[in-house]
Amino acid sequence: MNRKHVLDLDDFTADEINLVFENADAMKEILSRPIKRVPTLRGLTVVNMFYEASTRTRVSFELAAKNLSADVVNITSSGSSVVKGESLVDTIITLQALGADAIVIRHPEAGAPYLVARHLRGSVVNAGDGCHAHPTQALLDSYTIRERFGFVSGLKVVIVGDILHSRVARSNVWCLSKLGAEVVLVGPPTLLPPTGNGQSSRLGLPPVQQSYDLDSVLPGADVIMALRLQKERQQSGLLPSMREYVQLYQINRTRLSKANPRVLLMHPGPINEGIELAPDVAYGPQSVVADQVTNGVAIRMSLLYLLLGERGGGA
Amino acid sequence: MHSEERALEKVIMSEADVRRALVRIAHEIIERNQGVHNLVLVGMRTRGVPLAKRLAQTLKELEGVNVPLGQLDITLYRDDFAMRHLQPVVRKTEIQADITGKRVVLVDDVLYTGRSIRAAMDAVMDFGRPDRIQLMVLVDRGHRELPIRADYVGKNVPSARDEEVQVRLVETDGRDEVVILRPEAPPEVAK
Repeated sequence: MNRKHVLDLDDFTADEINLVFENADAMKEILSRPIKRVPTLRGLTVVNMFYEASTRTRVSFELAAKNLSADVVNITSSGSSVVKGESLVDTIITLQALGADAIVIRHPEAGAPYLVARHLRGSVVNAGDGCHAHPTQALLDSYTIRERFGFVSGLKVVIVGDILHSRVARSNVWCLSKLGAEVVLVGPPTLLPPTGNGQSSRLGLPPVQQSYDLDSVLPGADVIMALRLQKERQQSGLLPSMREYVQLYQINRTRLSKANPRVLLMHPGPINEGIELAPDVAYGPQSVVADQVTNGVAIRMSLLYLLLGERGGGA
Repeated sequence: MHSEERALEKVIMSEADVRRALVRIAHEIIERNQGVHNLVLVGMRTRGVPLAKRLAQTLKELEGVNVPLGQLDITLYRDDFAMRHLQPVVRKTEIQADITGKRVVLVDDVLYTGRSIRAAMDAVMDFGRPDRIQLMVLVDRGHRELPIRADYVGKNVPSARDEEVQVRLVETDGRDEVVILRPEAPPEVAK
């Protein structure tokens, strides 16, 4: 792969995405071994900077790097010099001097990973920046779909929830569009990008269909991806009530039965059970939520290998 | 293929030579291991895999036993990433059989520096603790950089470092043969 950073998927080609998937297939085999470790990135240091709460993404990146024998350093904003007022750029320069070969960054501000990429000689992987992008989540989502269906092209994928504030939705629109899926974004008008139906949004995304009416778009859906609804959205006046949201947009058994019988139910986690997903479907037979988590490690191993493999000490 | 390139290519094993070498090696494997009951064959990608399959077929004809087969991709264990500019796609490793206590025969097409074999041994050890590891190669071209030798060799081919030894197999290349490629003579100083 001829790139140094993974900041978003807007500049990925379909071929590059498929290269990530092919290598992830081999990484999944490693995850099934009794000794889940190969020497590929021996001697390299990966720094996980998580300036926002995260369990699965942080642990997933940490395991991915460790499975490839990289050394891993974890930094959180609360325990670092950030609380003393150190700027992000100063932190990066410090980490550079300490020998970081790659930085994985989760940051509440959109664009922060781009700033890091300008100051680091090593590689930067965006693990979620504000409302902007979450490329590794989108890759693992499409990889999970490909694993179940064998392909992504031509599938109808309904993404439902707070699209406007969702970095997961944005990166997924890029990834799925490049792989040839039909994407439909669904949510209440206040949580959709500002545009009319069926037009490209003003978020700079490829043109995809948008709808307020979940029940009308479910027939023929091959994948339903529910997003986490943050409770602050109601406090900030974007939702009249949680009850109304649940009535119109919660994925429950009745709604699942309207989709393709083979429909996959996905969620990037963490789930608000009883809000986006009814408790009985969250881990029901259609749910691939647990597969998404496992595949996340394989996808991140694949990316770290592609970004750093040439510099690794190997065995 | 261009005719100039053909002129520099010399066949060192024909289809019949490859076939006879594999039959002889199958007998050697049986003799050395007093049968095939404790064996696992592991082919190294790419061309070691079809070679291991053929060997398993021959062993079955001779001994009537299906020897377990695995395939190994050593990309993640290599020590020469920095020297290779092309980033290879890692293929899946599949070793279904439990190799602990077994005699593992690694199968590869060409033995050269020995670095691939070193990587393969590390990879095999991650799957268990074999009783012993043996090595079969179709061609040994010399120039070892590590203390590694093959237990079964199809043909020893003395070669120069700037030559290339290519094993071609029906499964991967459409025909069976081993060739040695000489570098082109240095061009006349032009201009």
